[in-house]
Amino acid sequence: MNLTQSIREALESLVANKLRAALTILGIVIGVAAVIAMLAVGTGAQDTIIGSISGIGTNLLFVFQGNLQQDIRNEQPLTVGDVLAFSDIFQAPHIEAVASIVSGNIGIAYEGKTTSVELMGVTPEFEYVRNYDLIEGSFITDDHVNGRASVALLGPEVADKLFGRREFITGETIRIDGQPFRVIGILAAKGGGSFGSQDNVVLVPITTARVRLLNRERDHVDVVFVQAIDAKSVPLVYEEIAQILRTRHRTELGADDFTIFTQDDFLSVAGTITDVFTIFLGGIAAISLLVGGIGIMNIMLVSVTERTKEIGLRKAIGAKKSDILIQFLTESVLLSLFGGIIGIIFGWVISAVVGRIAAASGTPFFPAVGLDAILLATLFSTAVGLFFGIYPANRAASLEPVEALRYE
Amino acid sequence: MEKKDYVILAKEVTKVYQMGEVLVNALAGVSIKICRGEVVAIMGPSGSGKSTLMNIIGCLDRPTSGEYYLDDQLVSNMTDNQLASIRNKKVGFVFQNFNLLSRSTALINVELPLRYAGIIEGRREKAAQALESVGLGDRLNHKPTELSGGQQQRVAMARAIINNPSIILADEPTGNLDSKSGKEIMDLLLNMNKEFGTTLIVVTHDSKIAKQTKRVIELYDGLVKGKKKK
Repeated sequence: MNLTQSIREALESLVANKLRAALTILGIVIGVAAVIAMLAVGTGAQDTIIGSISGIGTNLLFVFQGNLQQDIRNEQPLTVGDVLAFSDIFQAPHIEAVASIVSGNIGIAYEGKTTSVELMGVTPEFEYVRNYDLIEGSFITDDHVNGRASVALLGPEVADKLFGRREFITGETIRIDGQPFRVIGILAAKGGGSFGSQDNVVLVPITTARVRLLNRERDHVDVVFVQAIDAKSVPLVYEEIAQILRTRHRTELGADDFTIFTQDDFLSVAGTITDVFTIFLGGIAAISLLVGGIGIMNIMLVSVTERTKEIGLRKAIGAKKSDILIQFLTESVLLSLFGGIIGIIFGWVISAVVGRIAAASGTPFFPAVGLDAILLATLFSTAVGLFFGIYPANRAASLEPVEALRYE
Repeated sequence: MEKKDYVILAKEVTKVYQMGEVLVNALAGVSIKICRGEVVAIMGPSGSGKSTLMNIIGCLDRPTSGEYYLDDQLVSNMTDNQLASIRNKKVGFVFQNFNLLSRSTALINVELPLRYAGIIEGRREKAAQALESVGLGDRLNHKPTELSGGQQQRVAMARAIINNPSIILADEPTGNLDSKSGKEIMDLLLNMNKEFGTTLIVVTHDSKIAKQTKRVIELYDGLVKGKKKK
């Protein structure tokens, strides 16, 4: 008996019981589809999150006030002086650019329409460090900052909400916290990020924000974005910033009153979260594969009993134990393999639908069915068929020919 | 007396079954010699050990004690796989209820012993030839459900002779057939014996069938009652 024959014979016997075969593989189909869809959605989510973190800028470090791990006495805020110190090429030779901001939520209005946005007070460096493009207009200049000018840049989402368009808005006047501001430009879309939407923002000069909108003390900043000259020097920049702040704030040893995150920190945290998420969902999906496997075993046992006489006949005309074993194993493996293949297609459709729904609700998100997931699902479903087929097949192969022939 | 060419040689074969607590002596020491090319009927009432003897002759079962030679090979202590191979090559079975694979065509049913023999080349042609020889050359691709009882039994016979066995073992071959097709089947079996010299052993209740054979072995309570020579 060679392989193609066994397969053909197994197919014949499966086709003879179409409905039963279809119901049997349903368990495997659902299991594999779930695994594929979960892995695809997980991978897609990871790509989106990593993409949005990378979209913030390149080789960035984020400096915040305060220490997240321990309480610090006499905690000092980040100031304009600190930011200027970062720009000192002798103290911090690996820094490419520095942008400091103050930020807060605030209400804005245009012709009776109001909305709540994240307001960021920024300097001209912000455009470069955070990698923002403009649809129209121009960015905030040093003159705006020095003159506390009442000018604003709108994120595309804000433009949509207030104007219903993203172009020909420059020159309009909107009200931020009741005060009139002239729109000088519109930001290009960057997509959603793990810090909320990067598009639902309004940018104003940092001085204007500090004094007229967010009421910060005159030289305080909330966050400092520091860009390293290249990826390799990110750890060096980390040390340089830390050293400068420790000196300037006169902190006690080992008690920093500031926190520095690198982009890699965010990436690895996000990676860990999505990995756990994927493994958890994949595990649940795997359980349904297991249940599907038990279904196969059940049906194969029924099939063996039903075909006892056939097995007896095959043995009488010369089938060896191994021939019968292979025959029934082929059937169960084929069952689960078909289930696997249909499941892969089904899972791919599900993940595509999830992607569409996500895209329709405003989050660009591309579930990816990887070759590894397909291979894994195929191998796993075959293994399930093999594992759960062994017991029934062995039972069939061990039947005594005399007993089996006599069976009615 | 010169040594004869015995295709079947059983010496003091016994078979003991365990039925719950009780031991049943199905065969209590049977010695049989059947020459090559002979036609023999095995008769006996139910419970006489007829089926047990047939199972042992057909290598489906092993005797509890005694020696059994088929084609000069000692079969009584072979392994399961060796027995399967012997059945495949030396024994052709014809059953009362045909025992065909209902999902497969006549051709595939007849091919089956060749498959288990590991033959790959020319199976189809050989199977078609065998079906031709039992007069079913025009029914190659019919399934058993599309054939009459007599035709089904012919398919079973084609399957039995495909590997050129030493013996054909027919267990009530006409039991499920009307008298006309029963006669045809019996004629065909006897014909094969004449044509190819294949030893034919028929297990039957029917004394009319037994009359057509040259020798009748009658079993009673697990023993050979008497050997009638015609």
